[in-house]
Amino acid sequence: MKLAYWMYAGPAHIGTLRVASSFKNVHAIMHAPLGDDYFNVMRSMLERERDFTPVTASIVDRHVLARGSQEKVVDNIMRKDKEECPDLIVLTPTCTSSILQEDLQNFVDRASISVNSDVILADVNHYRVNELQAADRTLEQIVRYYLDKARRQGKLNQSITDVPSANIIGIFTLGFHNQHDCRELKRLLKDLGIKINQVIPEGGFVEDLEKLPKAWFNLIPYREVGLMTAIYLEKEFGMPYVSITPMGIADIVQCIRQIQKRVNTWTHFLLNQKLDYELYIDQQTRFISQAAWFSRSIDCQNLTGKKAVVFGDATHASSMTKILAQEMGIRVSCAGTYCKHDAEWFEEQVQGFCDEILITDDHTQVGDTIARIEPSAIFGTQMERHIGKRLDIPCGVISSPVHIQNFPLGYRPFLGYEGTNQIADLVYNSFTLGMEDHLLEIFGGHDTKEVITKSLSTDNDLTWNSESQLELNKIPGFVRGKIKRNTERFARQNGITGITVEVMYAAKEALNA
Amino acid sequence: MSIQISETLTFECETGNYHTFCPISCVAWLYQKIEDSFFLVIGTKTCGYFLQNALGVMIFAEPRYAMAELEEGDISAQLNDYEELKRLCFQIKKDRNPSVIIWIGTCTTEIIKMDLEGMAPKLEVELGVPIVVARANGLDYAFTQGEDTVLAAMAHRCPERDLLIDENKVIQNQTIQNIFSLFSQKKKEETLKYLELKNHPPLVLFGSLPSTVASQLSLELKRQSIQVSGWLPTQRYTDLPSLGDGVYVCGVNPFLSRTATTLIRRRKCKLIGAPFPIGPDGTRAWIEKISSVFGIKTKGLEEREQQVWQSLKNYLNLVRGKSVFFMGDNLLEISLARFLIRCGMIVYEIGIPYMDKRYQAAELALLRNTCREMCTPMPRIVEKPDNYNQIQRMRELQPDLAITGMAHANPLEARGINTKWSVEFTFAQIHGFTNAKDVLELVTRPLRRNNSLEDLGWTNLIKKDNKIKVI
Repeated sequence: MKLAYWMYAGPAHIGTLRVASSFKNVHAIMHAPLGDDYFNVMRSMLERERDFTPVTASIVDRHVLARGSQEKVVDNIMRKDKEECPDLIVLTPTCTSSILQEDLQNFVDRASISVNSDVILADVNHYRVNELQAADRTLEQIVRYYLDKARRQGKLNQSITDVPSANIIGIFTLGFHNQHDCRELKRLLKDLGIKINQVIPEGGFVEDLEKLPKAWFNLIPYREVGLMTAIYLEKEFGMPYVSITPMGIADIVQCIRQIQKRVNTWTHFLLNQKLDYELYIDQQTRFISQAAWFSRSIDCQNLTGKKAVVFGDATHASSMTKILAQEMGIRVSCAGTYCKHDAEWFEEQVQGFCDEILITDDHTQVGDTIARIEPSAIFGTQMERHIGKRLDIPCGVISSPVHIQNFPLGYRPFLGYEGTNQIADLVYNSFTLGMEDHLLEIFGGHDTKEVITKSLSTDNDLTWNSESQLELNKIPGFVRGKIKRNTERFARQNGITGITVEVMYAAKEALNA
Repeated sequence: MSIQISETLTFECETGNYHTFCPISCVAWLYQKIEDSFFLVIGTKTCGYFLQNALGVMIFAEPRYAMAELEEGDISAQLNDYEELKRLCFQIKKDRNPSVIIWIGTCTTEIIKMDLEGMAPKLEVELGVPIVVARANGLDYAFTQGEDTVLAAMAHRCPERDLLIDENKVIQNQTIQNIFSLFSQKKKEETLKYLELKNHPPLVLFGSLPSTVASQLSLELKRQSIQVSGWLPTQRYTDLPSLGDGVYVCGVNPFLSRTATTLIRRRKCKLIGAPFPIGPDGTRAWIEKISSVFGIKTKGLEEREQQVWQSLKNYLNLVRGKSVFFMGDNLLEISLARFLIRCGMIVYEIGIPYMDKRYQAAELALLRNTCREMCTPMPRIVEKPDNYNQIQRMRELQPDLAITGMAHANPLEARGINTKWSVEFTFAQIHGFTNAKDVLELVTRPLRRNNSLEDLGWTNLIKKDNKIKVI
């Protein structure tokens, strides 16, 4: 047993459902007790979904428990097949129902005989893997299922497209700014003259999965989800993949160069030419993206050597660490991730860019580290934002777990060249917010003027001497006005015209009495 | 599908696939209510992620609850449950020192048959902190019934009312007050008032309400010379009210049937079966019922109700003649529907996760009467509804408002159906005369909002995709 107050990554079934409901016309059935189906609430509320979440809970109650759930689960699969005509039905238990140790595969086999849809059981160990690992696994399972099926039916067409093309794998619902990143990636690939073959799972149809091998290569923007699929496709179909996250100027360059390498293995034969993206990279870096210029600007110079702590999923935390250290000259005192399963890769990535590395999924440990280091800014998850609030340290949110704030209506990508601008803004605003607070403290706030000048309403016969004005400025802004009014009222009542510090205290006492 | 609206109340049980929150969500409001408590939810990652995400109860403010997260070793019984819980509880005692630890059992503890009730008394002795066990699991309960399980468990911990001591206390008080009366006349008056109020057997109210709302209800009863001797739960665990033979109890929430049964059977209390104090009509009926049980004639209650209705006038103009559909979520549905019918609305369907016809008998009778008096058709009551079927019914009925769980709100709005989250009624202050306004404020918000958007022509916001059947 573990005493837990907060989780960075959710339970496994959430990952499975995120993948299943990202595909179009796929329905998921949860075999779960009442109340375990809160995924529907999360998706509907956070993503502000217009359509009903294609997830149905086949409810396990005391009654079902006593009689066995086979009948109910099979009935529900058949029912959803009829009602929604999905291409695929994915069955998943939750942590709770998985301990019933029922033969769910058998339920699936039974149901598949009498339905038109394909039916699969998400094959995940609910006590060993978290949301992200389960999502990765489920995506691979679905892709494998459809490619195997196509192969069995002899429909598999392995010839690649005439022009360079790519699959983007790993964009899905409830991801951290995934929709915006996807748009940015599409733009980037278009600029490089690469056609998008497929984007999965978000918005993809399972029946199109058999066309995945037609692409020249796979692009895996986030390590957490999609890598398993890419490795499978490489092994089975010899498809190369690029898994460098194009986040930050330096890594975008790396990513594009690797894309160039992948593409040129075929262009040589097919198009009888070689693509060279160096000019594009140079143009984008120096003139289109504002981030490189920001790095040179005076604004950024002031950030040099400032301390920051970075924490998040492996992809975002490592990219952010590199951006801060390499591109902005900020000192990353600690870089950390909650993706314990990917610790080795993470350590390798941030090695040399930070003073210490923290691998943990215990938020108190992260909080303690931040408190000890006392950085000028934090770049973390919603949890670190709250830690920062308590410690009075500004925090820019750079990673899931997601929050309604991470679903802005406007365009806010983290990847690609537009992403670099967004990140530069985020970094600058986070640090200056801290500096502003500091300046406010030194100079007693912006609103000193209001205190010094005569107020608009009353015929002001009261004068504040310099000490009392100073004293007033020490008072936090949000109660200052009130204290000023109370003091003046007290002064008037007692026929005092000159307000001194003594008068202020007397007024305070009179009010307390 | 044809939908008929009948002349009598019809009950049906659809036993469908419906969505409501898990009963462990009661932790969200109970930990705030009972200030010296600590809630330990014994369950899996799924339970923890729910509390953290769907309910948005965050651990940031270091509230007094935590998860005892069951790991693979616990599930496969490789670890000793007792030792594990002991370790966690000692840590909680050290870190937070609560007056009581409430163990919330979940579906998982049910399935692995963890004997929480057996372990608690033993650990309690070792720990020196009382441990209350509530099985708020989704196998047996829905959403707000979680509170029911906690209060039922707590009812066992209320001190036994000793008749002798009680009488002594009154006498003692009297002598003390006589001495004090030398000092102030005012105090003496208060004492007299107190003694006068004591002309009825003790009354304990059960149901968790914010303290301001609880005192409003106590005050309304005091106006009728009825003194509330205690509430279950109390602000502090150590102040739980005395229970026993001769104590009258009355519920303020419609989802507390188990607590009611426990109070009657185990604590020998007498239950006053009244409609629930939601809406001016319900509040009046509730006070009237309690008064009648004590043989007290109410004073000015009708005027009070009329006054409240007067103050609601502006809202009533908005809702009159409008129709509403309850998808069913928090078990407050019958009371809310009854109030809305009294406001002049038409209720097509009341979905409800669980319907205890005995505990809700007075409320159902009031619903029936209200429909007759307002000449509106009786709504159909659907227990354990099927959300998919409900949406089909809604498409046909096109209600002016759907009161629904959070998962369905956005999609229904996109299809031009006004919605209000049912969960808001769980957290808003809706009890008593003064808070009736808040209920209507919530109900009319979508109607008011949509009145202002009406001319824009944006009612339907979904694309028709030929490839996918859109429901």
